[in-house]
Amino acid sequence: MRITLHIWRQRNANDAGKMVRYEMPDVNQEMSFLEMLDVLNEDLIAKNEEPVAFDHDCREGICGMCGCMVNGMAHGPLPGTTLCQLHMRHFKDGDELYLEPWRAAAFPVVKDLVVDRTAFDRIIAAGGYISVATGSAPDGNAVLVPKENAERSMDAAACIGCGACVAMCPNAAAALFTGAKIAHLGLLPQGQPERAQRAIAMVAQAKQELFGSCTNIGECEAVCPKEIKLEVIARMNGDFIRASLSGR
Amino acid sequence: MELNSNSPSGPIETRWDRHRFNLKLVNPANKRKYTIIVVGSGLAGGSAAASLAELGYNVDCFCFQDSPRRAHSIAAQGGINAAKNYHNDGDSVYRLFYDTVKGGDFRARESNVYRLAGISLNIIDQCVGQGVPFAREYSGYLDNRSFGGAQVSRTFYSRGQTGQQLLLGAYQALERQIGMGAVKMFPRTEMLDLIVVDGRARGIVTRDLITGKIESHFADAVVLGTGGYSNVYYLTTNAKGCNATAIWRAHKRGALFANPCFTQIHPTCIPVSGEYQSKLTLMSESLRNDGRVWVPATKRDKRAPSQIPEAERDYYLERKYPSFGNLVPRDVASRNAKAVCDEGLGVGETGLAVYLDFRDAIQRLGASVIKERYGNLFDMYNRITGEDPYKEPMRIYPAIHYVMGGLWVDYNLMSNVPGLYVIGEANFSDHGANRLGASALMQGLADGYFVLPNTIGDYLASNKFDKVDASHAAVREAESNVHAVTRKLLDAKGKRSVDSYHRELGKIMWDYCGMARTADGLKHALTLIPPLREQYWSDVKVLGSGEELNQSLEKAGRVADFFELAELICRDALDRNESCGGHFREEYQTPEGEAARDDEHYAYAAAWGFQGVGQPPLLHKEPLTFEYVHPSQRSYK
Repeated sequence: MRITLHIWRQRNANDAGKMVRYEMPDVNQEMSFLEMLDVLNEDLIAKNEEPVAFDHDCREGICGMCGCMVNGMAHGPLPGTTLCQLHMRHFKDGDELYLEPWRAAAFPVVKDLVVDRTAFDRIIAAGGYISVATGSAPDGNAVLVPKENAERSMDAAACIGCGACVAMCPNAAAALFTGAKIAHLGLLPQGQPERAQRAIAMVAQAKQELFGSCTNIGECEAVCPKEIKLEVIARMNGDFIRASLSGR
Repeated sequence: MELNSNSPSGPIETRWDRHRFNLKLVNPANKRKYTIIVVGSGLAGGSAAASLAELGYNVDCFCFQDSPRRAHSIAAQGGINAAKNYHNDGDSVYRLFYDTVKGGDFRARESNVYRLAGISLNIIDQCVGQGVPFAREYSGYLDNRSFGGAQVSRTFYSRGQTGQQLLLGAYQALERQIGMGAVKMFPRTEMLDLIVVDGRARGIVTRDLITGKIESHFADAVVLGTGGYSNVYYLTTNAKGCNATAIWRAHKRGALFANPCFTQIHPTCIPVSGEYQSKLTLMSESLRNDGRVWVPATKRDKRAPSQIPEAERDYYLERKYPSFGNLVPRDVASRNAKAVCDEGLGVGETGLAVYLDFRDAIQRLGASVIKERYGNLFDMYNRITGEDPYKEPMRIYPAIHYVMGGLWVDYNLMSNVPGLYVIGEANFSDHGANRLGASALMQGLADGYFVLPNTIGDYLASNKFDKVDASHAAVREAESNVHAVTRKLLDAKGKRSVDSYHRELGKIMWDYCGMARTADGLKHALTLIPPLREQYWSDVKVLGSGEELNQSLEKAGRVADFFELAELICRDALDRNESCGGHFREEYQTPEGEAARDDEHYAYAAAWGFQGVGQPPLLHKEPLTFEYVHPSQRSYK
């Protein structure tokens, strides 16, 4: 099938950047989206044009490295699916697709579709962990976790840190990402001692990184490839307010 | 060169304790005087960097991805083994040790494997402490599942995302240390050379992947946790970025490369669908707990699987291996899949696939239980193939997945280059010729959390370290070497893309050094690879410059190393005139078609020394002795 691509090309962080049109006359519908970009890049190299830079690694939807906006939707039109797991059978002959990098002040563009997401790492470094030095943990079965809590914790822990939530949010908020970690750890008994401090520190760091505030629009939940629920933001707000009121 | 494994002797149960007691310690107040470089941030590298920083060392940690959380450990699905015996089903440290030595087809070091089995207990505790959301019973206790090559339930798991959750545990521990300033993290930074001063590893040369800046970093010891080299085969289950560059360039600086031909082919992957295919996707081995593997009993049976009655199906694993059935080890499952497809019994368009069928399990347990156990894997299969595995069986075929070979290390995980440590998949030591399922996560974390932090202190406390800086001749030489390689790739200005060469190399490797190998095939591969390598250097086309983000240039350097490594893999495979584990030489098989080992001549680890590009490498042998698990022909019947 024939696909027309309009791709954001930007040499580096200081370049203005622009959309460039590429024709893909013969796309196989069994290809993944990134395999289509591979084919485009091979064609570009053959024509002595620089290939499109895009982040990707595992191509199994788990590393969180890939992602771009496809016609205004983070990771494209298929719910619960990263860009690498999106296959061309979900598009039709003649489709015109606009590919842009994540847009957020906290995610500066590095080149073409590649952005800098290290702000996410700094949010985790601020408090997204349980402080247990290697060797100091008790027997695994000494800590009982009700199955339902373990499952809900796992639902939140499934976040892959891709940044789609930020890219889709009109406020460029990192609430779903931050809330997912706060919910993951806060739902477990091991996570209780640091729960208040964790919420305060992570929320403060997100603000410092220039992510916006959450206004409960829900675009993040709609595009999250791991289908993280808005509930995690409620948990984050709850923890944050409780911690603030208790003066921590 | 005499290879000293520094393995302790005496009763195996107490070897690690006695060894640890004999290691020199670094005083807590003195630890901050040392700097350790950790390359790689996966389960091994990430856990090591975090644990070393907790002890008080200064740590510089490097990864080529944009964040340490992306490392390919994240893609491991099924689980992690630990001999907890929570199920009272007869498990023990000794049994995990026994299963691992046997599963590895008697080509691993007993001392290392016993230590690994013992540490498995601590790993689960540590991970639970970190908040890894392992699957639980309704009572709140930890749940387990079974994996191939074992008859007990000892695999702990977090749905089909165990690797992800364990890695996030290590990543969070690492980020905590980064936040406290104990670890300096260098993301999007690739190691391109090892700095060896006076015979000891003292630093690395890196390229900043965004600015292209080439820079040296200095330390008192260097740890490589950079994963495996499967991607030499191009189409594998590994992430696209996985590469051998760090270990290969360390090899060229003197580190021995052990058992490179021990590659693991995973039996349950989604088959290849077309020429554009960029990688293969694994379906977790855990699926073989409930899925039944079969092919039609007659050749070229084109009926839909649901139309083939029970009597006309061949559940060949259950038939040939009644006691292990669908849970035979990976090498056995893979070879049998290949055998039935070679016979013309394969299914799907290409005939290169077998069925993995959940019909009976769904009838027995209900679709909801199957969804709870494997939901994300079924979804992934559905997304990739457009088919629904709840309704029709999956089609699967083996693919390259993991490498047991890697840089040679002693019991302390130090290579033969003093001060250079190698952990996780990047080293060779614990899995012999075949790794059991759910043991890679175990080994990565054992090395990083519990072994290396204990052993590295002995080296630091036993040596004096003069200051090394950029003016040292060895540093200048390493930097200019990196500049020269980069320049050469950019200046080739040839006709073909890096990927086209990588695909061609991968095809040669799969055809002649894949699931079944012969002396003739390997010799033929060794006539194909060197000329292709020569052509690559003169004909590769890398556009753009070295002073910016240039993904083609990154790949070009990695593929250049794959060419040299591919040759070594074939030489090792040719040299090992026996079949064992993942290394199957067609000339050496039992009448039933099982791998025929030659313990008299090949019970050793083959550690190869680099002698120059295109030059035959030098073989050093580390003899393997088995005092506890006596070599026998593996039987899973």
